[in-house]
Amino acid sequence: MNVMDTRATSALLYLDGVHVSFDGFHAINNLSLTLAPGEMRAIIGPNGAGKTTMMDIITGKTKPDEGEVLFDGITDLTRLDEARIAELGIGRKFQKPTVFESQTIEDNLLLALNVDHSVKGTLFWRETRAETERIEHVLETIRLTEARNRLAGSLSHGQKQWLEIGMLLAQDPKLLLVDEPVAGMTDVETHQTAELLKQINKDKTVMVVEHDMTFVRELGVKVTCLHEGSVLAEGTIDQVSSNERVIEVYLGR
Amino acid sequence: MPHVLTRSLDRSATVFLGVVAAAGVLIPLSNLLLPAASGLQVPTYLVALFGKYVCYAILALAIDLIWGYCGILSLGHGAFFALGGYAMGMYLMRQVGSRGVYGNPILPDFMVFLNYPGLPWYWYGFDMFWFAALMVLVVPGLLAFCFGWLAFRSRVTGVYLSIITQAMTYAFLLAFFRNDFGFGGNNGLTDFKDILGFSVQADGTRAALFALSCLALIIGFLICRAVVTSKLGKVLIAVRDAESRTRFLGYRVESYKLFVFTLSACMAGVAGALYVPQVGIINPGEFAPGNSIEAVIWVAVGGRGTLIGAALGAVVVNYAKTVFTSGPLAPYWLFMLGALFILVTLLLPKGIVGTFNAWWEPWKAQRITENAVSAAREDGISEPKMAE
Repeated sequence: MNVMDTRATSALLYLDGVHVSFDGFHAINNLSLTLAPGEMRAIIGPNGAGKTTMMDIITGKTKPDEGEVLFDGITDLTRLDEARIAELGIGRKFQKPTVFESQTIEDNLLLALNVDHSVKGTLFWRETRAETERIEHVLETIRLTEARNRLAGSLSHGQKQWLEIGMLLAQDPKLLLVDEPVAGMTDVETHQTAELLKQINKDKTVMVVEHDMTFVRELGVKVTCLHEGSVLAEGTIDQVSSNERVIEVYLGR
Repeated sequence: MPHVLTRSLDRSATVFLGVVAAAGVLIPLSNLLLPAASGLQVPTYLVALFGKYVCYAILALAIDLIWGYCGILSLGHGAFFALGGYAMGMYLMRQVGSRGVYGNPILPDFMVFLNYPGLPWYWYGFDMFWFAALMVLVVPGLLAFCFGWLAFRSRVTGVYLSIITQAMTYAFLLAFFRNDFGFGGNNGLTDFKDILGFSVQADGTRAALFALSCLALIIGFLICRAVVTSKLGKVLIAVRDAESRTRFLGYRVESYKLFVFTLSACMAGVAGALYVPQVGIINPGEFAPGNSIEAVIWVAVGGRGTLIGAALGAVVVNYAKTVFTSGPLAPYWLFMLGALFILVTLLLPKGIVGTFNAWWEPWKAQRITENAVSAAREDGISEPKMAE
């Protein structure tokens, strides 16, 4: 008997027939989506298409009214809270960069490491060599080694976005959910971020929500377009952007 | 353990502990050993007054731990303080024995007066000091645990949490005012005779209680420092600054809040227990919402998130209260307190210690860099010599 047989699906993330409504407003409407292990997927869609709500569902912030959300083919995410889901290996970067502003960059990464998250574990925590090395490694990846002792609040907007990506790396999740990583970035930073995400995608599955089409094109991955809480189109960026329905939705016709 | 100590004790923490320890030793000694005429003797009434300040400082420390580091603004911490005080008061009442006005060996005076048939079950055990001392920690701790478990698990935060803590202390105020609640009603517990066999009125007892209060402040401060300088302290600050981010990193935020809230309540209970024998009374007035708010003001004035500032703020504001409420300005004290809070919020949002740090640290850092630069320059000069 193979262990794999117990899995309902080989997808890393599997959403099927998900519904959520807030006070009668259908934010997510019969949403079905699968993400294969190792894949990078870009999610686009006009405002109110349900992109952020979808991330809320996957990370346990919002509970769906109906539908299935499976992680790794076996774990039902709808039954778990945010902390448990994070520990399973799903990391999330917010739309607005959210770092711990009054703490140093190094401490931000330290907090993000996927080690013992219990009260007792943190109270009696002592730094280990392995942890220090991982922090060093992440600092290099996000090019903030020099700034390690600075307070995160003193970073520029772009650097904060990077620090948050660095925190995701320190968390070492299997699946990264990245919400608008290049919002407010310069063209150079946008390009660097695309490179960084591609590099991360070498050993992690990534889901990116982004408005910036140049950026999505640069990623060069499969694109899913959401509209009114369900999938409108899926395919390469060229296929999706030439889709009649997508053009209609974006132009608001 | 040694690494916890070295981590917790930076320079300002050491200075603070030194000052508290010196006060805890010198004030009682001066009171007991120096002759009253010497001019250097601290009179007994001042020892008791300072003892009260130290208890308030412990309460302020407890509030700063949750508010300054974890962002939980409790406007009901006076309840934990008062419960610790009542636990101690019950022990002191039982110690009165047959020396009460009615001479009943078991029942405290107010129970005889109110025709209690016997001692209520919840007064059992309070004739033993160890039991009362345990209850000083257990009662506030358990209440905080239950309250926190419900509130934090339901994710009640911010101003809503502040309001329900306020409602909690008000509920206790109303309950303890009732005569049939079994804690002396309006009058509370008073007319204490002795504690562990020593008269509560004696100079020696008062001096010892003051020294013990200082010791409790030192221990409380060390516990708080150990907590906030650990990784747990970093998590608390993370919760304060970006709660949902912390959750998505895999921290169960409610467990952290519950831990620190319960610890804080236990500290407040100890403060109350030390307060009662020094002031000689505990009554429902201690549950008044205003008291809890005042304690929050001490922390704001001293500087939240600094611990030392909280203790300092408690002493400074209460000293001002003592000075102003005994003079012709007495009717205006509440206005002054309100004005102080507004001024601190507007002009010193970081409080006394926070502002001092903001001013001092860049200066100190600059001096360090200057030293480093001049040292490097000296090295540069000596280098050619080395080469020869």
